[in-house]
Amino acid sequence: MKIAIASGKGGTGKTMVATSMAAALAPIHNIQMLDCDVEAPNAHLFLNPTINEIKPASINIPTIDYEQCILCGQCVDICEFNALALLGDKIEVFEQLCHGCGSCSIHCPVNAITETPRKIGELKFGTFNKNRPFLFGELTISEPMSTPIIRQLKSNMKDDVEVTILDSPPGASCSVVATLHDADYVILVTEPTPFGLHDLKQMIGVISETGSLAGVIINRDGIGDSAVEDFLSKNGYPILMKIPYQENIAEGLASGKLLIDIIPEFEDAFLNLYEMIKEQIHEEIYH
Amino acid sequence: MSSLNKVVKELVILSGKGGTGKTSITAALVHLASQSPTKSIFVDADVDAANLALVTSAEHLEQHDFISSKLAQIDPERCNLCNECYEVCRYDAIELPTEANPTYRVIDLLCDGCVSCVYSCPQSAIKMIDQQDGVWFFSSSPYGPLFHAELFPAAENSGKLVTLIRQRTKQFAENNGGHPLIIIDGPPGIGCPVIASSTGVDLALLVAEPGLSGSHDLRRVVQTLEHFQIPQVICINKANLYKKGVEEIKYFAEENNIQIIGELPFDTSIPKAMVQSKPVTVFSPNSPASNEIKKLWEKLQKILFD
Ligand code: SF4
Ligand code: SF4
Ligand code: SF4
Ligand code: SF4
Repeated sequence: MKIAIASGKGGTGKTMVATSMAAALAPIHNIQMLDCDVEAPNAHLFLNPTINEIKPASINIPTIDYEQCILCGQCVDICEFNALALLGDKIEVFEQLCHGCGSCSIHCPVNAITETPRKIGELKFGTFNKNRPFLFGELTISEPMSTPIIRQLKSNMKDDVEVTILDSPPGASCSVVATLHDADYVILVTEPTPFGLHDLKQMIGVISETGSLAGVIINRDGIGDSAVEDFLSKNGYPILMKIPYQENIAEGLASGKLLIDIIPEFEDAFLNLYEMIKEQIHEEIYH
Repeated sequence: MSSLNKVVKELVILSGKGGTGKTSITAALVHLASQSPTKSIFVDADVDAANLALVTSAEHLEQHDFISSKLAQIDPERCNLCNECYEVCRYDAIELPTEANPTYRVIDLLCDGCVSCVYSCPQSAIKMIDQQDGVWFFSSSPYGPLFHAELFPAAENSGKLVTLIRQRTKQFAENNGGHPLIIIDGPPGIGCPVIASSTGVDLALLVAEPGLSGSHDLRRVVQTLEHFQIPQVICINKANLYKKGVEEIKYFAEENNIQIIGELPFDTSIPKAMVQSKPVTVFSPNSPASNEIKKLWEKLQKILFD
């Protein structure tokens, strides 16, 4: 079972929810944690995993063998991402534009193209809470593409666990889809403000594309109005939890504490939430 | 063109991660700019979660479709089930026939638009279909003109959309005159949309929040901007919330030779203004946060134009 935590914009408390849920479940349930926010990974700062393996995340880019190449220019025409150009008697490869799709090497008429991995980030594997798997990815500075790292991170997931918690990147575009598309349940975190409502609607749009079950956690409850709640009840999305707006929470998070350590009642709340989600997924499957 | 003889300057506001009050500060700067000689045009480059139009009560003057990506589509009439497309697709975007649905299909959400399958299909059964990935707007607000966009949920190419609206903004500024500055509200992260919203700007203002994740995110965005040789300054938000974090940011800034030009207190007038969809300098002009943002604006103008 996969539960993803997502939000339309950054800083709504997504990582706070993901890390506290992971920490609450870890002592009792066989879970693994994946931080898919590879541009700004933070979950490890709160869960302090022991990292015991680091692997490169890479894209396969073309290398041209000029012994073979007949400079026909076909690869240049084929590449959809303008990563290749024929300059004089050379094929120039613009590495950062290459998606690693392999189309050029597959279709070169004389097989002059081989592929070489180019590192764009790192995958880090470890454990937290004694032996629970913790995986995260980190995009290398100045690299533009985070989605391939998320895909590679996810292909390293263990499948002999009861539940996987995925901390999604913020936003509603491709990197979020790469994280969420196969999740059984998505917890959306938002705040009760006009911004929160606007970004939540974007996320509901993503969920309706991926077709996963979803519920909402309202963070900073009390700062705003009831528009988010009205919207949710009208559209049939459950409110899973409310986290109050308190200075001591903001302060505790800043110093690296988990929500369940700042307000211990939340530990039970997350355990109950998990049981509720599990039931809903089962209902959906056996319905 | 070098930044010295550039007619219109560009300032981008970034944070590494959202939620640091970046949009609240941008909205206040936008308001202050409208009250000062440095009249500005605004760009909301956080196209996944575009909020600047909300907080400036902008009204759309123009709306344009953003058509950018392509998705593969298989014609089941022509397909002879040879499996070539499945073999070449590296994005798991080809779905195999099942008993219930005995055709090869493309999973739109996973298709990267690389066209590899089209070249491989012996039956010419696959076509690429243009996709509308979003819309972009030119709007007017009480504080000046605004260019902004909405990427459709689950769409691709946010970087290209950001580049597009930045180009349109520049054209507008150069053709119309009277706006010496473009203020860009940047997206979270350090990847493609952030690079697209900061290449070639004259200055980046980084809004940093004290704390473990804040420091970590700040470091990554600073390194990214350094790589692209973009001048940067820092403003600390919620500075009285976690003293140790403030010290960390200051130490880091000094080490990296980055000036800290503002320290905003934790001030509830910021979320309150946000709930009212108003810049904090309009909602509560004399609040502690507003006063600090006014000083910040003075300093920004000096750095940009002196
Ligand atoms: S398709 Fe092959 S032979 Fe033709 S230019 Fe490219 S590498 Fe050379
Ligand atoms: S692998 Fe794909 S994206 Fe990269 S150069 Fe070849 S065709 Fe272009
Ligand atoms: S390559 Fe063409 S013919 Fe072969 S399975 Fe795919 S769509 Fe059908
Ligand atoms: S266009 Fe590329 S990603 Fe899309 S289905 Fe074809 S091979 Fe796969």
